[in-house]
This record gives sequence, structure tokens and C-alpha cells, in this order.
Amino acid sequence: MSEKKLNHIGKGYDRKEAQEKVTGQAVYVHDMEVPGMLYAKVLISPYAHAEIVSIDCSEAKRLKGVKAVVTGKEACQRVGLYMVDKNIMAGEKVRYQGEIVSAVVAETEAIAEEAVTLIKVEYKPLPIIDSLDEALKGKNLVHEKLHTYEHMKGVFFPQKDSNIASWNRTKKGDIKKGFEEADFIFEEEYTLPAVAHVPMETHVAIAQADPYSDKVKVWSSAQSPFAVRQLLAKSLGIAKGDVNVIVPYVGGGFGGKAGVHLEPLVSVLSRAVHGRPVKLKMTREEEFNTLPTRAEMRARFKTGMTKEGKITAMEVYHDWDSGAYADYGVNVGKTAVYSGAGPYAVPNIELHSRTIYTNKVFSTAYRGFGHLETHWAVERHMDMMAQKLKIDPYDLRMKNLLRPGDTTISGELVYPTTGDPVACLDAVSKELGWKGRKSEEERKQEMRTGKVRGKGFAMLHKAPAMPSYTSTAAIMQMDEDGHVKVMLGAVDFGQGANTIMAQVAAEELRLPIKDVEVVWNVETDKHPYDWNTVASKHAFMGGNAVRKAAGSMIQQMKEVAGQVLRCHPDELTHGDGYIYHIHQTHRRLSYVDLSMGYAYENGNGIGGPLIAHGIYMASGLTNPDPETGQGRPGLVWTFGAHGVDLEVDVETGEVNILRVVSAFDIGKVINKKLVDGQVFGGIVQGVGSALIEGYKFDEDRKLLNPYFGDNRIPSSKDIPDEVKAIYIEEPKTAQVDGPYGARGIGEHPMISMPSAIGNALYEALGINFHKLPFTPENVALAIDKHLRNDV
Amino acid sequence: MCSTAKKKGNCIEYTDSGLPKTAIRFEVNGDNFEKKVDPTMTLLQLLNNELKLFGTKEGCGEGECGACSIIMNGKAVNSCLVLAAEADGASILTVEGLGQGNKLSILQQEFIKYDALQCGFCTPGMLMSARSLLDRDKDPNDDEIKEAIEGNFCRCTGYIPIIDAIRSAAKREREELK
Repeated sequence: MSEKKLNHIGKGYDRKEAQEKVTGQAVYVHDMEVPGMLYAKVLISPYAHAEIVSIDCSEAKRLKGVKAVVTGKEACQRVGLYMVDKNIMAGEKVRYQGEIVSAVVAETEAIAEEAVTLIKVEYKPLPIIDSLDEALKGKNLVHEKLHTYEHMKGVFFPQKDSNIASWNRTKKGDIKKGFEEADFIFEEEYTLPAVAHVPMETHVAIAQADPYSDKVKVWSSAQSPFAVRQLLAKSLGIAKGDVNVIVPYVGGGFGGKAGVHLEPLVSVLSRAVHGRPVKLKMTREEEFNTLPTRAEMRARFKTGMTKEGKITAMEVYHDWDSGAYADYGVNVGKTAVYSGAGPYAVPNIELHSRTIYTNKVFSTAYRGFGHLETHWAVERHMDMMAQKLKIDPYDLRMKNLLRPGDTTISGELVYPTTGDPVACLDAVSKELGWKGRKSEEERKQEMRTGKVRGKGFAMLHKAPAMPSYTSTAAIMQMDEDGHVKVMLGAVDFGQGANTIMAQVAAEELRLPIKDVEVVWNVETDKHPYDWNTVASKHAFMGGNAVRKAAGSMIQQMKEVAGQVLRCHPDELTHGDGYIYHIHQTHRRLSYVDLSMGYAYENGNGIGGPLIAHGIYMASGLTNPDPETGQGRPGLVWTFGAHGVDLEVDVETGEVNILRVVSAFDIGKVINKKLVDGQVFGGIVQGVGSALIEGYKFDEDRKLLNPYFGDNRIPSSKDIPDEVKAIYIEEPKTAQVDGPYGARGIGEHPMISMPSAIGNALYEALGINFHKLPFTPENVALAIDKHLRNDV
Repeated sequence: MCSTAKKKGNCIEYTDSGLPKTAIRFEVNGDNFEKKVDPTMTLLQLLNNELKLFGTKEGCGEGECGACSIIMNGKAVNSCLVLAAEADGASILTVEGLGQGNKLSILQQEFIKYDALQCGFCTPGMLMSARSLLDRDKDPNDDEIKEAIEGNFCRCTGYIPIIDAIRSAAKREREELK
């Protein structure tokens, strides 16, 4: 890394938009009213799997104030990201309870709501594919025509006449040989339920479809305006340029607002009312029932180990219950191909990741997608193997962690600048005060006191799961007063990215931070392209694009200034709002004088308005080999580790997290206040997945808890008593091709929280948990069973 | 649009579903209002749809998440659970009324300083619960702060910076009183 002093990078500036958010001025789509706007409400299926025999909308249409009623017959367009497996609305059959079967547009929300109750649907129930095992039998199919669905070929592998949306494989080395070399073979199974993203602003969109042309204007609470534009245009069969997607402030996303959601439906509804704008806002109950989740998942590991604790082989099955659709879900499953065995050197591995259809609410990306799920399993598995081998879990991990020169399971070579998992584990272990396991005797004694303490830790790693040719762009323009506006197509939905981008621009242009603004309200008609705001890639990719844009702007200024100052542009440098000669520093021109082109005293003008752009294209990535998963899918890895110190009430099963210690090899902290926000927020979301959250279905696969009352997220009382975050900023392992060495951090803090807590629970109780969540009920029952077996 | 029965000189308005509207007087952020409201309308809907004060957010509409918290007659309430008609005679404070003139209140300043917000959607409700706490307790400890915002869900921050901000705001407000 450069020795140059940094003026803005590393400063804990306030987020740029904070004032609007604490004064109630920030406008979200929830708050928006467009002139002439009508309101929509949807009718959802009460059945998990049923044929739609008939829909009678006549009574609903007669209700005063109703403008249109639309069913799957009219809204029959296909939609989907990686696997085009959905219709805008259910067509011939419904595939999950909660699927939209009809929608009403009316003058008010109340009228629309009443009209929905007047729609009569006749269903013929079909056999329900209620679980992974049932789905894998393949007797009944969720999608009969799966083999005909459009999808990204060579990346996803739908299996004809089955419920497998994609079967992705990793094959490296020779597992037969690897298992022969093993002294022990350990087999375990772990599961976790579906959970909701719970953005505080539910999904909402307004669409205005010009009845005289193909033009559609959409305001959406979405993470990825360009992905919405692309998928909406494709679905409606119109040009991308006909679609303008506008994203104002977004009330949380966490992956649940990536891809495309309500936008195609609302566009069709607007067309049905001759182009009047239509707003559809999901209720919290609909958000749970109808919008996608994080998939339920089952992981089965078979691992060969030497008696010294070196992994010789792994055979892994990750089965994802993606529910009724997998348009994004297949890409969640794909992550396992390159990271589904943890940050370890595994010489021989065969890994199968199967994204599977069932008749449940469908799944999508959720913060760190694929990784919280696989790392829940692999990090518990590592801990349990350490128990059986009687090796300290710290030592077992140290023997197997990836190091420079190793290759990942997908054959990616680890460089020194890939990051340092060893440093993360060391930092956590030291800060946690890990001294080795308790003895069984100590544990029993503590049990008698009614409160037991336990420490545990877990590793994590993640690289973005995205197409190999993912790109982004930034545009920069200087105002007449030397202030700079930056535009990016990626969205800041709370993660603080726009503040980070402003810091990068201010650093490169050597301007005060107050003179740089990133333009909010991303609009696809005006902002430059970005693929998708997901995958913790914004600081890395957007930051690189902004650096390049700033470099270009400086070069433009130098070229004009070189003419005026009568020197070669290379002899010029910049700072404090001036372009000046590197030696004779009095030979200088201000940014202000150059901003709109330079005017000589006699009136001649040269140059012109300063507008620059910068791009970033993911570099050197390849699609994994279809048969073996070998390739280079990981643009930038972030390694980390969590340590947990907790207390369990033996009587009630309540888990109280006393302390979380987390370390991340982040390369460079651009703004500690914002990074802390991602880390604290991610840890608490991980605590939610570990202790509280989870969908519950009845035997007909009706969601039993579509309310906060029985499906809540952590409150202020559920948080750890103390959180200690450690950021590793070692120049030798920093990301050389990242901005100032920085790596992504948005998703990572959530990953492996459940496994770290699970490992601490073992330390406390001597009980190995294989299922999430650790609710007081589940923990108390396990303690009860454990004590009975003990007697 | 008064449709249209005259009763003791007062015009009674009816809703689309035929219910007589309720006449209410109330104060929001120091401004006085008189409105005739649908008896089924919530206070949240009154603020959003009638007064066009969109700072107060709907997170669930079921009184579980606290995004719609406001202060009514000195107490923090979920405005989605209060009927507009119940606001007759009430004095209401929303996020739009937290600042002093064009200056941010100490509480708002501390929320910014500690980055106690990310997406910002829970922030107005969170601020109102915090304001209500500091109005009744000048020196709350961390457990009391957690208790006061327990009904306000935040999915982004993990609450830690929010608790820091409220603690710091309490301290600054106490110092200002000295």
C-alpha cells in the first residue's frame, strides 16, 4: 500500500443523509403519492398446491370505486433472474400458500381490500410436496415443465422430471483416496429453518404505464434499479430504455429487495387502468406470506481426518428448500460450490448443492446468502470433530485454515493478499480469552448452579456470488464553485455506501468532504449502470469506479491547466482546490477556474465542463466448470471469526449472550463508524437467526407465524451485553486491487453467528445442537433430554 | 363535500361505507387542526394521509414494531393502534416537531453522531420513544434505555449505537439544564 497520507479514508464521518432521516424528511416509496394514483390489493392462495379451476371477479368488479381486477390469465408474463420460473401471478396452479392469484385496483386501499374479499376462486387441491425428502422422491412435481425454463446455461443445472431446480457440484482431488488416508470419518447432519429478511419498510412499488407507448415508470423500494429495469423489460417484452426505475430512500433490504419483486405486477395493473399510477404496498403479514425468505437448508457432511486433525476428504450435500420458486435461489445454492466447506484447505472433496422446489413460500438472497447456512453446518461440524478427536477446536482449525499457496475447494489459488483467516482466529481467541475446553466434571458442577457459562468461536469467509462479468460505473461532475457531484447506479439502502463513495471522491480529488455529494434517488434514466446492489461489493467495485472517475477528472483539469500554465500535464499535481506545478507551486489554477472550461483574459475559452466517468469490471473471474465446480468465482474474499461468551439458564433454557468478539480481515477501514454499524447490525441479525427466528408451517404447509407476535426479530433486550469488533488492517494481507486495500464487510458479520453460539452452547452444556433456532423451548428440551440420559 | 344531513346546524359527513364521520380537534407539533374523520381511521393514517406528515412510518400496522411511535399527551404510543377519533383534544408530537426551529434537537444530533440509524425507517419512531423516555427520566441507565425502546424494532443497527446515542443525549440535556 502507498505510504501517502490519507485525508478522508479512515475518518469516521457522519453519514451524509443522516439529517434527513432524523427529521422525518427522508421520503420512501411507502410515503409517496403520485397524482392520479390508485391503490392495489392482492388476493393470495390459501392452498400450498392447488389447481385454479376458476376465478369469478364479477362481484368485485361491481363494487363502487373498483377500477380493475386482474388475474393470472391477464398477468401471464414470465419473470425471473437466474431461473425464469415464475409468472407475474399464479397461472394454472398455485405453488405456495401466499402466492398471488388476483389483484384489485381501486380508488382507495380500503375499497381494494374489500373487493379482494369478493373474488371467488375455485381450487382443486393437489398433493403437497412438503419437505426436501418428499421433493427428492420426485413423485409429485412443483414444476412439471422445469426442463423448458430459461436459465443461465452452464451455471445452473435444472434436472428434468424432478424437483431439483439446480444441482451444482464441486469435485476436487480423489475422495476415495482421501477417505482411505483418513484415520477417522465423521458424519453429521445440520438443519436450519427459513427466516424472513424483515426490512422495516415492507415491499412497495408504484408503477405508471403509459397507455400510448411501451413506457413504464416505476418507483420501487428496491436494492437494484438496473436489475429491476432489465427483468421488468424482459418480462413485459419491451425495450430497457422504455423502463425508468426510480429508487428513493429504501427502508432496508438485506437481499430481500434484490432482483425483481412487485414491479412487473404493478406495471400490469397500471396498464389495466389505462396508465394511471398504481401503488401496491405489502402488509407485514403479506411480507411474511408472499414475499421470499431465506431458504430452509439441510447440510450433510462426511469428513475424513487424520488422527492429528488434518482434513483428508469431504463429501458434502447441501440441500436447499427453496420453496415454490428458485429464480434467485439457484444462485444461493451455487455459493456452496466455492465456499460450502468453510475457509479450509480440503485436498479431496465432492460437494453437491441442490436447490430444491417444495410447496412453501419461496426463497431468495439474504445477507451473506448461502454462507450463514453452510457455515452454520461446517463450523459446528469442525467443533464436533475436535471434540471426538480430543483436539482443541482452536488447534483443529489452525491445522486446516487456508493459507497462501493453498487452493480453495473450487481450485482458486490463495495469495497473501487474499486475506488472513489465521489472524482473525488468533485475534478472536486472544480477545475471548480462550484457554481450552472445560472438563466434563467442571461442566457438571456448573450445571448444578442453574446457570452455566460457555465460550465458543467459529470462522467465516465469503466472496460475492455474482456473474463473472459484473460491472459498475460512476459519473462525476464539477459545479461552477468547485463542488463535485457523484452518481452511481448502486443504491445506498442504509449501509452507508454513499458516504463511503463521497470519502473516496474527496480523497482522490483532495477536496473537503462537504464539497462532495453523491446523488440520491437512483434513476435508471439518469444514473450510470450498476449490476445489482448486493454481495458486499459496493465499496470495492463502486469505490474503484469512483477512483477512476476522479483520476479522469484530475487528468482533464491538468490538460487544460497545462496549456494555460505552459507546461506538460505530467508536471502538474493537485490539492486544496488547485492544479499546480510540482516544483514552482505558485504556477497554479483553481478547480473553480477550470470547472466549466478556462477563460483567458481576452475572452478565449478552452476546455469545458468537467465531467468524468469511471468503470469497474470484475477482473479475472470465470464460470465454475459444470462438472467439477473448478474455476475462479471469488472476486474478493473477506475472512473473519466470531467468538461468543454466553450464559444459559438451565431451568428455562434462556440463552444470554454476554460478549461477542469478532475479527475481520477487512484490509482497510474507510469509515469506522459505518463499518461498526454493519458489524453490530450483522451480529444482531445473526443472533436473531440463532436464537429467535424461523418460519413454522402446519402439515398443509400453511405458514403458522406470519406476524411479529410469533415471528419477531431481536429487540433491544436481545442484544449481546458487549460487542468487541477487531479490524485487521495489515498492509501485507490487504486487498491490493481494492480501494486503499479495502474489502467488503456488509454481509460478513452475520455469517457464523449461529455456529459460534452453537459451539458456545456445547461448551456450556455439553450438548451438541444440530438444528436452529436455540429458542428457550428448544434449549430447555435438549437440556432435559441430556440430563435424563445422564442419570 | 358535505353530504348532507343538517343536524343542529352542524353538517354531518358520511364515509363511503355510510358511517358518520367524527369531528375532532387536536394539536400536532404546535399546530391546531380540526378534522372530520372516518371512525375506523387510525391516528397513523390521519397523520400520513390527511396531514401529509409522512415522517411517522408504518412497519406492521399491528402495534408490534414501533415504527409509528409518536408522543400523544406526553406518552409514547403506537399511532397505528390509536383511532384518529381518540385524538380529539390531544396534543401530539411527531418526528417533524422534534427540532427547535431550524435547529436539530440534542437527541437528533446524537443520533447522527453515533450513527444510530442506517436505512432510517425505524428512526422517527425510535426518536419518539427515546424522547418520551428522556422526558420522564433525565438519567436513565442502559437497562432503562433498552426497556424504553424494546417496542421499537430496528433491523439495521443492532441497537448498540442507538443506546449510545440516547445515553449521550441524556447527558448533554442534563448538562444543558445546569
